[in-house]
Order: sequence, then structure tokens, then C-alpha cells
Amino acid sequence: MALLRAFIAIIRRDLILAFRRRAEMLNPILFFIIVVTLFPLGVGAQPQLLQSIAPGIIWVSALLAAMLSLDGLFRSDFDDGSLEQLLLSPHPTSILILGKIIAHWLVTGLPLILVAPLLAEFLGMHTDALIILLKTLILGTPVLSLVGAIGVALTVGLRRGGMILSLLVLPLYVPVLIFASNAVEMASGGLPVDAQINILLAMLCLALVLAPLPASAALKMSVS
Amino acid sequence: MKNEHISLQVEALSCIRDDRVLFKQLSFEIKGKQVLLLEGKNGSGKTSLLRILCGFREPDSGEIYWCGNLLDNQYYAQMVYIGHRDGVKDELTVQENLLVSTALGFASQTSISQALKKVDLQGHDEVLVQSLSAGQKRRLSLARLLITDNKLWILDEPFTSLDKDGIAVVEALMTEHVNRGGMVVLTSHHDVQLHDIKPQIINLS
Repeated sequence: MALLRAFIAIIRRDLILAFRRRAEMLNPILFFIIVVTLFPLGVGAQPQLLQSIAPGIIWVSALLAAMLSLDGLFRSDFDDGSLEQLLLSPHPTSILILGKIIAHWLVTGLPLILVAPLLAEFLGMHTDALIILLKTLILGTPVLSLVGAIGVALTVGLRRGGMILSLLVLPLYVPVLIFASNAVEMASGGLPVDAQINILLAMLCLALVLAPLPASAALKMSVS
Repeated sequence: MKNEHISLQVEALSCIRDDRVLFKQLSFEIKGKQVLLLEGKNGSGKTSLLRILCGFREPDSGEIYWCGNLLDNQYYAQMVYIGHRDGVKDELTVQENLLVSTALGFASQTSISQALKKVDLQGHDEVLVQSLSAGQKRRLSLARLLITDNKLWILDEPFTSLDKDGIAVVEALMTEHVNRGGMVVLTSHHDVQLHDIKPQIINLS
């Protein structure tokens, strides 16, 4: 019971903080919208072409937006000492960290999913493909937050960890990108995509169970 | 668990930082109703020792025992650490900060408003921490000592940025805590005046 209360308190705290730092919170979502809307200007207004590259555009932008938001996950807690207090809690750190990751996803991942239909429509995506796009985003963006958390936890103690963070995390993001954008592409061609969706689901389950443990271990290392 | 039986025992602790030996073969034991004051020059390893006691750093050798056991959840449920950084969030109100702290530990008998009164922050519940002064922030982080159920206080320079009244408040809180059977480990450059409690002193330099 006490653990559940701590878990909810962490999520609540991070949501309040995100709400009070709205400008920071809007950054990734604005980035997402801007990148996607710039593509038609760059490659020219050819509906056929845009339609065929839409899954890739949306997924790559979502991935970069997620990466852009990662650093904020532990940075301020690390700087003001709240992270130390979190680690000193008698409750299992990995559960508390999972709370932080969930709050982070609610603030950065969920908005991407909410604006994605609009942008997909904008690139001329079919409805069938749009539904699959949403499915892949719902399954894929939490994986990005969970896996990214390990990378941030490892680099939060470094003064300029941004470059290392991308190098660490990007290779782990690639499988998500491949399966997700492939699923949307297949769906727009009318092909079955169960396999890809199942793999994404498996990735999510795996990340949900396995990511908080190394993340909390890495945080303990970072504060020492 | 009876208060008299709590003990923090350190055996043959060594800490080496960047090839420099900060302390080696350090052993001590404190029990309930005792205060340990760490003294020493800047860079003599006071903070490192406290961080080792918190489990943030691994000692290079030696062991720490809490009531005879190695540091476990039982220990973390009964200790509070206040470091150089206050560990409070600027964008949260005073009350929100303390609510998170109670949720992370186990709440004590003292309510948040009682704790705020003790550190002279009453009436500031709804104030955002960013509009508090450095001393008030310090008082807020000290209020954390009261709202969670704990036995061991680990305080790293608790008097930093506090005014005379503030220092008196902290000393009163420590005296009360020790008289209730708790224990305190602290570092300080000020003289610590506690009524009829004589702190053990370890000089690290």
C-alpha cells in the first residue's frame, strides 16, 4: 500500500512539475509537428510520394522528438538533490523510477499520439494505415521512454552527456523504428501486420519489466 | 524495535579518492541518544563519509552495520539525509514538496503543518519554493526530518545559510530528537550547542 502511494505520488509530482514548466513540455511536440510539416515543403507537394514516405517521416520525427525530451527525465532531480532523496527511499527504486518514466511518457509520448492522426491526414495517409500508425505509436513510444531512461540514467552525471546519450540510445531505438514504420507501410498496402504489432508488444513488455532495473542501478552509480 | 537497541556501527572503513587516502581503518559506533560530530578541514572527507553512510558511495574497504545487519531497507526506512543540496523542487509549493517526502518514506506522528511551525515556516504552505530565500529553503528541507518516521539523522552542514534563530531551531530539533532516543551524525563548521548532550567528536584531518 505504501509502495503504491509512493508510486502515485511520484507520477503526480512529475505531472505537476511538467504542467508548471509548460514551455519545456511543449518543446518535443512542437519539434514533431514542425519536422513533419517541413517535409512536404522540402520534397515538393507530390501526394503519391508523400503518401509513400509518410510512415517513415512520422516515425523518425517521433523518435527524434522522444530523444530530444529524454534529458529532462532526471536532469533537474539530479541537479537539486531530489534524486538522492528518491534513492534513499525504503521503497524499491526501480518502481519509483518506473513512476517517473510513466509520467515522462504521459507528458512527451502521449501528445505525439494525439497529434499524429492530424499529421497523417496532412500527408495523405489512408485510414487503415492510420489505425496501424496509432497502434504502433501506442506500443512504441513507451518503449522509447523506457529504453531512453537507461541511457539518461547512465549519462546524467556527466556535464555534457548529450552526445553520448544519443550514441547509447539510438541503436536501441532502431528496432522499434524498423518494425513500427514497416507495419504502417505494409498496412497502407493492405497487407497483414500482426507479426510486427506482436513484436512491438513483446518489446514493450520486455522494456516495461527490464528497463527500470538497470536504470535505477545506473542512477545509483551516477550520484556516487 | 526499542530505541535503546538501535546502533550504527562502522568497522575499518577506508575511503580513497583520486589516489588520496581520505581516511582509513575508521571505526566507531553510535547508539540511540548519541550525537556524532565529524570535524575536519575542507576536503578531509566529511561529506564522503556521510555519503558512504547513505550508501551513495561504496567504501574502499570496511563495513557498515545498522543494528547488526548490513544496510538494507530497514535502515533506509529509519534514516534521513540532508545534504548540501536541499532536495526540494522549486516549482512545487512547500506543502507539495513535503507530501512527496512523506509518500517516499513512512509518515510520522507529526503533521506537515506542525513540522512547518517547528521550523518557523507556518503560513508558507501554498508558497512556491522558488520564491523562498536560501535560508527558508534550508528550513523546508529540515522539516523533512520531522514528517517521516526515523531514527537516524545524517546532516551535512545543516547550518548553512541559516540565521541565528534558524541555528537555534535546528539545535532544538536535534536535542528533542536525541532525547526521544534518536541519533544524529553531522558535520559542521559551527560550534554545536546541545543542552546537556555531549557529542562524540571524530576529527578526520
